[in-house]
Amino acid sequence: MIRTEELLLNVGPQHPSTHGVFRIIVKLDGEIITEATPVMGYLHRGTEKLAENLNFTQIIPYTDRMDYVSAMTNNYVLVHAVEKMMGLEVPERAEFLRLIVMELQRVASHMVWWGTYLLDIGALSPFLYAFSDRERILQLFNELCGARLTYNYMRVGGVKWDAPEGWIDRVKQFVRDMKTKLLEYDDLASGNEILLSRIKGVGTYDAQTAIDYGLSGANLRSTGVKWDLRKNEPYSLYSRFEFDVPVGKNGDCYDRYLVRMEEMRQSLRILEQALEQFPEGGETMGKVPRVIRPPVGEIYVRIESPRGEIGCYIVSKGKAEPFRLKFRRPSFVNLQILPKLLVGESMTNLVTILGGIDIVLGEVDC
Amino acid sequence: MSEEEKQEGARPEGARAEGAQPEGVRAEGAQPEGVRAEGARPKAEEKKQTEGSPAEAEAPVRRKETDEEKAARRKAAFEAREAAKAAAAMAAAQAAKEAANAAASAPAAAHSAAPGAASADGQAPPGAPGAASPGAAAGAAPGSSRPGVAADAAPPPPPPSPNRPRLDRAVQLLRELVAEDAVEEAEINEPNDHLPTIVVKNERWSEAARLFRSHPELNTNYLRNVSGVDHETHMEVVYHLLSLDSGHGYALKVRTDRDTPQVASATPVWQTANWNEREIYDLLGIDFPGHPDLRRIMMPDDWVGHPLRKDYAPLDSEV
Amino acid sequence: MEFDLARISPEDVQELERNVFVGSIETLKGWVRSNSLWPLTFGLACCAIEMMAAGAPHYDLDRFGVMFRTSPRQADVMIVSGTVTKKMAPLLRRLYDQMPEPKWVIAMGSCATAGGPYVKSYSVVKGVDQVVPVDVYIPGCPPNPAALIYGINKLQEKIRYEAKTGKRVTG
Repeated sequence: MIRTEELLLNVGPQHPSTHGVFRIIVKLDGEIITEATPVMGYLHRGTEKLAENLNFTQIIPYTDRMDYVSAMTNNYVLVHAVEKMMGLEVPERAEFLRLIVMELQRVASHMVWWGTYLLDIGALSPFLYAFSDRERILQLFNELCGARLTYNYMRVGGVKWDAPEGWIDRVKQFVRDMKTKLLEYDDLASGNEILLSRIKGVGTYDAQTAIDYGLSGANLRSTGVKWDLRKNEPYSLYSRFEFDVPVGKNGDCYDRYLVRMEEMRQSLRILEQALEQFPEGGETMGKVPRVIRPPVGEIYVRIESPRGEIGCYIVSKGKAEPFRLKFRRPSFVNLQILPKLLVGESMTNLVTILGGIDIVLGEVDC
Repeated sequence: MSEEEKQEGARPEGARAEGAQPEGVRAEGAQPEGVRAEGARPKAEEKKQTEGSPAEAEAPVRRKETDEEKAARRKAAFEAREAAKAAAAMAAAQAAKEAANAAASAPAAAHSAAPGAASADGQAPPGAPGAASPGAAAGAAPGSSRPGVAADAAPPPPPPSPNRPRLDRAVQLLRELVAEDAVEEAEINEPNDHLPTIVVKNERWSEAARLFRSHPELNTNYLRNVSGVDHETHMEVVYHLLSLDSGHGYALKVRTDRDTPQVASATPVWQTANWNEREIYDLLGIDFPGHPDLRRIMMPDDWVGHPLRKDYAPLDSEV
Repeated sequence: MEFDLARISPEDVQELERNVFVGSIETLKGWVRSNSLWPLTFGLACCAIEMMAAGAPHYDLDRFGVMFRTSPRQADVMIVSGTVTKKMAPLLRRLYDQMPEPKWVIAMGSCATAGGPYVKSYSVVKGVDQVVPVDVYIPGCPPNPAALIYGINKLQEKIRYEAKTGKRVTG
């Protein structure tokens, strides 16, 4: 009988699994994990404290940097909260632009997830494919609002920049190309024997656990719970478009993989419809007072970001700055299930499970 | 020009003082802030009479008019009203011309009618210009900007919120099954999609949480968000709940004092609360008895102080 | 065999100029090191995504000889991309100490340069040069991958300059 001692291994803040600075202290018995303790806060930048001294337009760039892979949805949650609190109306063209960029952002974010997830598992090519196609989306965003990653695009009451000439046609062309590219991705990775054996049956949890832990996004839908905020609590113009919500069955990493791939297809479907219905003219900014001062009260809005339910809770005392601004970050809440999932798993599955949850550290730490 | 500059510093009072002059139209244009600084008006009147001669008051009349409109417009925007308010102020000028004589009594009536007007405006569809809020402070201004409308017609009683029965039922369940004094306040948060908001007493919180989770009518199995708020006088923890089957949401608040803040942990009821409460403990210092593992999560383990508190130094000393 | 340097034909001179380089060993070392910089994957925040995009096919970094290494023991240069918080700073110093000489540091993005948009926050280190000595600063939030490539080129020039002249570049 070989007696193995328990090893305390530090999967340190700097590790190649490019999710950011996240540390897990694992207790290993041979290769089986007996206990895992995540340590975070290495990227805690104090956005919520800084927001208490800034007015709302100044907070928008900070929301970009929270979940930096899907910055448009972060922008939207903040401006949507303020608009709801003040009862402002957003013109139709602006709302269409917002929806188009949010869905493009969803596709881009899922591409980052796909590329880096497969890179962690060991497949080196999908990373290159994903980032090369993502460049096209970033070029579109660059033409639209001048930035590739942290856009600062939405404002309370509308959007800052109107679509330049020909932009809509370029997006239409991209959507057409991306549909064939997704078939290419499936050819490349989705049927791969090695991938299937590595992610099928790994990191399983049932619907009851998911609901108890407050998971959202693909993590919740992979267990069979059909809950998508775009359908169940519609915001923006989502109620005008037809799209399906992919739902998994088993709640393992493979189902999450399939759900996210299907979400990309559905996003392209929404984009097609939105581009068809895009209004010809119109304002990009609604009637907004010069100083944005929400009335006294509080509000909690939530939208569906690529990672799950992102929420913004504002307590306002009638000033131009928020009294308390809190973001309900999906990665932070989704990550809570990690210690539970890792117990009893082999060490090789740690990265697989962590990648399947799809976290962004800027969001976990805020 | 120099007269304008002289009037710059005393412009608000000057505007109101002008309004007290025989030019009745401008009086109504200045009505919004005139109502507010009612006490300042007699003082400003005296100041105006001592300052300029009647001849001076005649010639720069048009310039003072634009100054007034500028001040009125800026003041209107200042209180987060929309540009349409200028048109509304002019329309109110006509209506309030009749009430010009009752200017002394109008403010009193407008102030009392303001809460009613505010809630009436609050019930209007969300597109209503800037008045859709249950807040009283900002509500007083829109209420008082149409003194003629508010003072003349009695505001209709606001229609009950569609979620009122749900709120009442939840309050009733809390009172029956938890404790008679469990509910401190209950209201509907209208801009927030009419979310029922209940303030639960601190001592009854863990039972109330269990009730909300397990009761078949409420069945809120999904905890969306836990936030800690530091009001300067007390601290508050806000739980946003959701029932996935029915789609109904609730917001529960628990208040605690600032010196030894503690709120019973909701982690045994919803596992979601685990790290959320750790974050609130880390940043605000609220203790959660019953939490399995309460320690710092965001800041380093040896950090002193709770950064999100209002009395924490806002700017880093190294800046 | 006779070899008279005074009487070499012009074609031979041209051939010699093309194929024989004369220089010091230091210059050679500088040239070699600059063209094969191996960075440590030290992506902290949003700038890390732009660093990944710079390594991706569109703005390829591999053509400069830049290959990302995951272990500090095998890396030459540390590209600090993203906000450095006070919790992370001691670890950053430890990683820097673990890198073997010669080593360089590139501060990418405004958070690493001087604290960035989070300069007033309670938990952010105002610039990574408070922890490690920095060679090249790249401004931007986040800098374009092309800007990162420009920064890496500047570092390459700096390495070659320092090797040739023996002077340290300061300021």
